[in-house]
Amino acid sequence: MSSYRKIFLDGFWLHNTGLMVLFGLCPLLAVTSTVVTGFALGIATTVALVFSSLAVSLVRGILAAEIRIPTYVLIIASVVTVIQLLMQAWFFDLYQVLGIFVPLIVTNCAILGRAEAFASRNSPLPSVVDGLATGLGFCLVLVLLGAVRELLGHGTLFSQARLIFGTPGDNLLLSVLPDHCGFLLALLPPGAFMCLGLLIAGRNWLASRSQQSQ
Amino acid sequence: MDTKQDLPKPSSAWRNALTLGLVAMVGTGLLAGVNQLTRQRVESQERRAALVQLGQLLPPSRYDNALQEDSYSFRDTVWFPSGQAITVYRARMGSEPIAAIFRLAATDGYNGDINLLIGINLDGSLTGVRVLSHKETPGLGDPIETAKSNWILTFSGRSLSNPEKDGWAVKSDGGEFDQFTGATITPRAVVKAVRMTLEYFAANKDLVFAQPADSLETASPR
Repeated sequence: MSSYRKIFLDGFWLHNTGLMVLFGLCPLLAVTSTVVTGFALGIATTVALVFSSLAVSLVRGILAAEIRIPTYVLIIASVVTVIQLLMQAWFFDLYQVLGIFVPLIVTNCAILGRAEAFASRNSPLPSVVDGLATGLGFCLVLVLLGAVRELLGHGTLFSQARLIFGTPGDNLLLSVLPDHCGFLLALLPPGAFMCLGLLIAGRNWLASRSQQSQ
Repeated sequence: MDTKQDLPKPSSAWRNALTLGLVAMVGTGLLAGVNQLTRQRVESQERRAALVQLGQLLPPSRYDNALQEDSYSFRDTVWFPSGQAITVYRARMGSEPIAAIFRLAATDGYNGDINLLIGINLDGSLTGVRVLSHKETPGLGDPIETAKSNWILTFSGRSLSNPEKDGWAVKSDGGEFDQFTGATITPRAVVKAVRMTLEYFAANKDLVFAQPADSLETASPR
């Protein structure tokens, strides 16, 4: 039990993909102009991680070392394409907004990284836990970054929630700063880098504080 | 000693090829299955999304034909020098032509194509203009979206005589249309595309409604 806890903490926080390992920066910076788009891509990435980790762990016994990477890529590409098709069918408008970044999940090195570093050496259940933890950790960063940028850029939170929840999602919209005139920098890529830098600094500060108190 | 330099044994190469092939087959099979299951739904979603957009330009009460079936694509480098493929949806009531909706791109925006829907009544007045997608600078060029400002709505009801020819430009070019603070190129590109489409429609009105559906016509050699 405690080993699963350790796996989870490792993927979710200690080796957080977005803040520590800095994998997957391209989607991290591109889709986080709002909370909703960040959350959506985070969940899609999590699902991809869970299923590709599971599949990689299941075939790990029969793979020769030379062909393991191409096999992982095949598995990941298949899983992501399935997610893309399902998203297109059931979350069409959301898919329109995320666009190319859904198929690009394939190239998120966090997924290949977890396949190679963890799922290829562990049995299915720990691999799924690891994929879930890594994905949720990535999702957390996407949501945080989206929240900071949306708040600074538009003065709102949860705009466009209807893309995920349908029309009831409109009720989620929070106008935190009603008379906000918009802060363009936060919405542009440089602002994304700066916000991410601040998030990393915040995470390091938290980590160093908890170290000192020990 | 030198076993490491040996090529892999043939049997292991075959084994590897077989494994890879197997994984590829399972993956392809999975994709084919999911594609089969979702295709219809994806198509109907695309149809719905397109109809919602067309509906903003032309209320369904004004026509009784299937807009999306009664469409054709063409290229015409004389009227549209970019050589892009343009799609036209024809709206008819009974068999009387009512309006045409052009899907085309303003090609000289600040960053890439600005994909537009331009609806034109039979009498040459605009039912409206909408932006389908664009990559203009957020905050500067994006007031062309209805979500950001009402600018694009000011086209509704206009025609080639309202304003006259010289007025079909942004204000800094001596025309009648507002530009945005910090962005002239974006609205200039949209105004130009709308004017070009109106001129094309005025000159080719009969052809537009007579064209058989679903033909990709190249009027002028590229």
